[in-house]
Amino acid sequence: MWRSSIGKKIIMAGTGLIWIGYLLVHMYGNLKVFAGEEAFNHYAESLRTLGEPMVGHGHALILARIVLILSLAAHVWAAMALTRAAQQARPMGYAKFHQASGNYATITMRWGGLALGLFILYHLAHLTWNVPVLTGEYEPGNTFDKLVVGFTNPVNVVLYLLALVAVGLHLWHGGASFFQTLGWRTAANRQPIRFLTGALAIAIPVGFAVVPLAVATGLVA
Amino acid sequence: MKLHLRVWRQSSVEDRGRFEDYELDDVSPDSSFLEMLDLLNEQLLEQRKMPVAFDHDCREGICGMCGLMIDGMAHGPVPGHTVCQLHMRHFKDGDHIVIEPWRVAAFPVIQDLVVDRGSFDRILQRGGFISFATGTAPEANSILIPKDRVDTAMDAATCIGCGACAAACPNGSATLFTAAKIGHLGHLPQGQPERYRRVIGMVEQMDAEGFGGCTNVGACTSVCPKEIGQDFISQMNRDYLRAVLGRTGD
Amino acid sequence: MSEHGHLWQEGPELDGQVPLGAIENQWDDLRFSMKLVAPANRRHYHVVVVGSGLAGASVATALGEQGYRVSCFCFQDSPRRAHSVAAQGGINAAKNYRNDGDSIRRLFYDTVKGGDYRSRESNIYRLAQISTEIIDQCVAQGVPFAREYGGYLDNRSFGGVQVSRTFYARGQTGQQLLLGAYQSLTRQIAAGQVEMHVRSEMLDLIVVDGIARGIVVRNLLTGELRAVLGDAVVLATGGYSNVFFLSTNAKGCNATAIWRAYRRGAVFANPCYTQIHPTCIPPSGSHQSKLTLMSESLRNDGRIWVPRRPGDTRSPDAVPEPDRYYFLEEKYPSFGNLVPRDVASRNAKQVVDEGMGVGLHKNGVYLDFSEAMERLGRATIEQRYGNLFDMYHSITGEDPYAVPMRIYPAVHYTMGGLWVDYQLQSNIPGLFILGEANFSDHGANRLGASALMQGLADGYFIAPYTIGNYLAGIDQAAVTADAPEVTGAIADVRNRLSALLGIQGRRTALSLHRELGQIMWEQCGMARTAESLSTAQTQLQALREEFWNELYVPGDAGSLNQNLEFAGRVADLIELGELLVLDALHREESCGGHFREESQTADGEARRNDAEFSYVAGWTWQGEGAAPMLRREPLAFEAVRLSERSYS
Repeated sequence: MWRSSIGKKIIMAGTGLIWIGYLLVHMYGNLKVFAGEEAFNHYAESLRTLGEPMVGHGHALILARIVLILSLAAHVWAAMALTRAAQQARPMGYAKFHQASGNYATITMRWGGLALGLFILYHLAHLTWNVPVLTGEYEPGNTFDKLVVGFTNPVNVVLYLLALVAVGLHLWHGGASFFQTLGWRTAANRQPIRFLTGALAIAIPVGFAVVPLAVATGLVA
Repeated sequence: MKLHLRVWRQSSVEDRGRFEDYELDDVSPDSSFLEMLDLLNEQLLEQRKMPVAFDHDCREGICGMCGLMIDGMAHGPVPGHTVCQLHMRHFKDGDHIVIEPWRVAAFPVIQDLVVDRGSFDRILQRGGFISFATGTAPEANSILIPKDRVDTAMDAATCIGCGACAAACPNGSATLFTAAKIGHLGHLPQGQPERYRRVIGMVEQMDAEGFGGCTNVGACTSVCPKEIGQDFISQMNRDYLRAVLGRTGD
Repeated sequence: MSEHGHLWQEGPELDGQVPLGAIENQWDDLRFSMKLVAPANRRHYHVVVVGSGLAGASVATALGEQGYRVSCFCFQDSPRRAHSVAAQGGINAAKNYRNDGDSIRRLFYDTVKGGDYRSRESNIYRLAQISTEIIDQCVAQGVPFAREYGGYLDNRSFGGVQVSRTFYARGQTGQQLLLGAYQSLTRQIAAGQVEMHVRSEMLDLIVVDGIARGIVVRNLLTGELRAVLGDAVVLATGGYSNVFFLSTNAKGCNATAIWRAYRRGAVFANPCYTQIHPTCIPPSGSHQSKLTLMSESLRNDGRIWVPRRPGDTRSPDAVPEPDRYYFLEEKYPSFGNLVPRDVASRNAKQVVDEGMGVGLHKNGVYLDFSEAMERLGRATIEQRYGNLFDMYHSITGEDPYAVPMRIYPAVHYTMGGLWVDYQLQSNIPGLFILGEANFSDHGANRLGASALMQGLADGYFIAPYTIGNYLAGIDQAAVTADAPEVTGAIADVRNRLSALLGIQGRRTALSLHRELGQIMWEQCGMARTAESLSTAQTQLQALREEFWNELYVPGDAGSLNQNLEFAGRVADLIELGELLVLDALHREESCGGHFREESQTADGEARRNDAEFSYVAGWTWQGEGAAPMLRREPLAFEAVRLSERSYS
C-alpha cells in the first residue's frame, strides 16, 4: 500500500491527523498561561508525571515524542516521495502556466511544510534544548518564566507568528485533503468539511498566537 | 483579427524541440481555435514549410482527440470546452498566444503538438471494464438502478479521455481520469463484483505509467471539458483504502 | 437508361443469399445450419478488423471472447475516439417497455418504410429481432442509460415514429455505447485475445485467388508499411459523408478502406443514398471545417421561417409577422415544422437558393422559439433544450433565447456502402463489412436512432456467427509474406505514397477537399438533376486531374505526416464522389435521401419508380479509366407492402 501514490497520501493524512491532535493538546497547555504562573508550571510538570505510577517518570512524554517524530518522519518521507514523483511526471515544464485551481494554501504546501520543519527545529532549540541565545536569562526550572522571557525577544515573537501563519495555511489545505484522501468527502458534506477545516485552520493559529501576543503586550508577565 | 502565435515545434520524439513564432492575419472571430490552426497550416504550406501537427477529429467536443495548452491553460481560457469548441471570439485582435503540447512524462510528445496518450488506455486495461461475455447479459430491466445513482455514474462516464486533467495538474497526475472510470462503474450494480479489484489494478497502473500523485489541488476539474468533479477522487480513495484493508464486504 | 449506356457496363445479378423460409425464422434457421469452429481450434484463426467504432470494437470483442485471434486497427490514438462517439440521440430497440404497441414487427416495418423501400427485408427483420439483445448487452457493460425513478430504463420517442422505443444516455448515447464497447474491447486486449494497433491506417486489401487474405497497413507514426495477413478481414470503417467536405462527420472520417476494397473487386452499393440532417448550424465563413448537428427535437417547439422578401436584411425582431414566411407550416399544414428530414431540408435549400436566407452569409433559415417561450415559459424551454441552446451559443456567439437560431441542413450519414450478403460478407469471400461501411439495412434513408443499433447488431450478434461459419468452411493454403499478391499490394501502396509526395504542385489537400465538397454539395446534394449531375461529372474529372497535377504534400513518408495521410484520403474521396454521382445519375427516381427533381409529385414530393428501380445498385471497379460494371440485386417486398408516403 505504501508503495502506491494513494497509499502515501493515506500515510500523510494519518500522520497529519496525529500532529493536529498534538497541536490541540499543545495549544490547550499553552493557554494555561492565562491561569497564572503556578498553574502553568504545574501543568508542565504534570506532563512528566503523566501516567505514573503505571508508567515511569517522563516515559509518557518520551513515548509521545517517539510517536511524533515517527509521524513527522513518515509525513516528510511521503511528501518527498510524492514531490519527486510529481517532478518526474513533468520533466519539462510549460513556458507559460496558469494554475487552474487551488489557493495560496494549496500551492505553498511543500515550501510551507519545509518552513514548518525548520521552525520546529528552532522551536525545540528554544524551548526544549534551551539554547541560551534564544531563551535569554530565565529562572531555571520555571517553565512559565522561560516562556515569558523568550517572548520578550521580538525575533522569537515574529518567527513564532510567521510559523503560525504557515501552520494555518498547512492546516487549511491539509485538513480538507485529509477528508478527501480517506474518501470521506462527498457532495453532501463538502460544505461542513470546508467549514470545519477552515475553523481549525484559524482556531489553532489564533489559539497559539494569543500567548506571545499577551506576553508582548504585557498582559502576561 | 491579427494574431501572434508562439507554437511548440518538435520533429520527433528524439528532437529537443523549440518554439517558433508565426503571424497570422485575417482570422475570423467565428472560427474555432483549430480552424485558426488550419489557416496557419495553409499559410505554412504556401511557404512550403511543414505544417504544425496537432491531433483533432470530431471537432464537436466529444472524441477527446484534441488538446492543447493555450497560454498555460489546458483547452484554453473557456471552462467546460475542448479546444475544438473554443472560438476565436474569446481572443482579441493583436493577441500573443503561446501554444504547447500536454507536458506529462506519461504523454510523450510525438511531433509538434501531438502526444501519445496510450498510458490512459493501459490504465483502463487493468480493470476499467465489466467482465462478462457477449450473449450472457440478463434482460436489461432485471437490473434496477436508482435514477440518482445512474445520473452520478453518467457524470463520471462523460470523461472523454483528452488528458487535460493530467496536463493541467501541477503534479502531472492522472487521478481524475482514473477516478472517473472507477466512479462510473463503481456507482452501478453491474460494476460491484470487480469494484475493489478494479481500483487496485487501475491505481497500480496509473502509478506505473509515471503519473504524479494527487495533492487535491483541483486543477483537473477546473479544466475538464466535462467538468467531472472531485467527489469521484474521494470515492476512489475510499475504495482503494477499503481494498487494501480487505474491508470489501460493503 | 440506355442513353447513359456508355457510362457503365451491365453485369450479372447479385444474390443476397437470403435464407429460405418465413422471415421470422430465417436467422434462427441459418444459425442452426451454420458450421462451427471447436473452441480449442479457434486460436488457430486470425481475424483482421479495421475500425474500432461500434461495429469494429464490438466484433473484435465478440470474436476475441470466442477465442479467435484478432488484430484491430484504428487511425486514431485510441479506439475510444471512433466517430460513433458523436451520435447524440439514442438507440432503438423493440422492447415495448412503454406498452405502446411496439414490436419486432413494427420496428421492422418502420425501418423498411423509413428506408423508402430500398433495403433488403430479411436483413431488417433480423436487425429488429436483435435490437432487444443489444440493450441487455449494453446495460451489462455498464452503459448508464437514462432511468425512471423506479430504476427502470427510460425511453423516448425519436425521429417521428409513433412509439417510444429509443434508449438514451443524456445527449451522449453514442459516446456511452462506444465506451461500453471500448471497455469490453479493452478487456480482450488485456487478455491478449485482441492485438490493438492505434494510429494505423489500412491502405489496401490483399486478395489472393479471389479471397480476402489481409490488408496493407501504414503505421502513421513511423511510416512503416506492412502486410497483415489473416483468415478473414472485417471492414468497419464508417461512412463517406466527408465527400461533401462540410458534414457532421469527424475530420478523420474517410472512405479509404472501403474504396481500396472496391478497387480490389468489392461491390459498392447505392453510393448515392446520402442523408441530410435539417437542423445543423450553418457555416460561419470560409474557415469552416465541419458542421455541428443539433438534435432534431428542436423542431418540436421551434418555428422555421425566413423573411418573405428576398434580400431582406432587417434583424429578425424587426420583421413583422406578415413579412415572415413560415414555409413548412404554409406548405405542409398538417405536419408543419415536423415534416421528415429530407422534406424540411429541401425546403430550406429552396428558400435560401431564392435569396431568402438569413444570417451574415444568407445561408440559413430561422428556427424561432419566441412563440414557444411565450406559450411554455423560458424555464420549460431551458429544461427541454438547455444544452442545445448552450451549444449553439458557444459556437455562434448568439444567444438563442434572445434571437432566433439559424439552421441549415448538412450531410450526416451515408446509407450506401460496400455490398454485403445476408451474412454481411461482400462479394469477395472472407471480406466482411459492418456498420455504416456496408449498405445493408437503411435502404435509401435511415431512421433516427438506428445507426447505433445496426453497428452493434452487426458487431455483437451477426458477424461473430457468420465469420465463424465462414472460417469453419475454409480450406486454403496459408499465404506467406512473400506471395506476389502481398508484395504487390505493398508496392502499390508505396508507389501511391511516392506519387502523392512527388507531385510538388501548388495546391493543398485541404483546398482540393473543399473544392470537392463544393461540387458535391451544389451538384449532387439535397436535390439532383440529370444536368447538375453531368456538370458534377465534368467538374470532378477536372478536379481529379488538378489533384494529381497540382497537389503539394510536404515532408516524406517515413514519419508522422498528417498532410500525406489526408491527401491520400482526399484522392479516394474524389474517386468515390465520381461513383456517387454516377449512381445518382443512373437512379432516375427519387427515394429517401436521393431526390431527383425530375421525379417528383405535383406538390414537390419524392416520387419513387418501383417498376424500374426496385433494386440495389452494386458497382464494380473495372480498372482505371474504364466504366464500372453495374450489378443489380432485385428487391422484393413480401412482408411489407409497397406504399407511397405523403405528408401534405
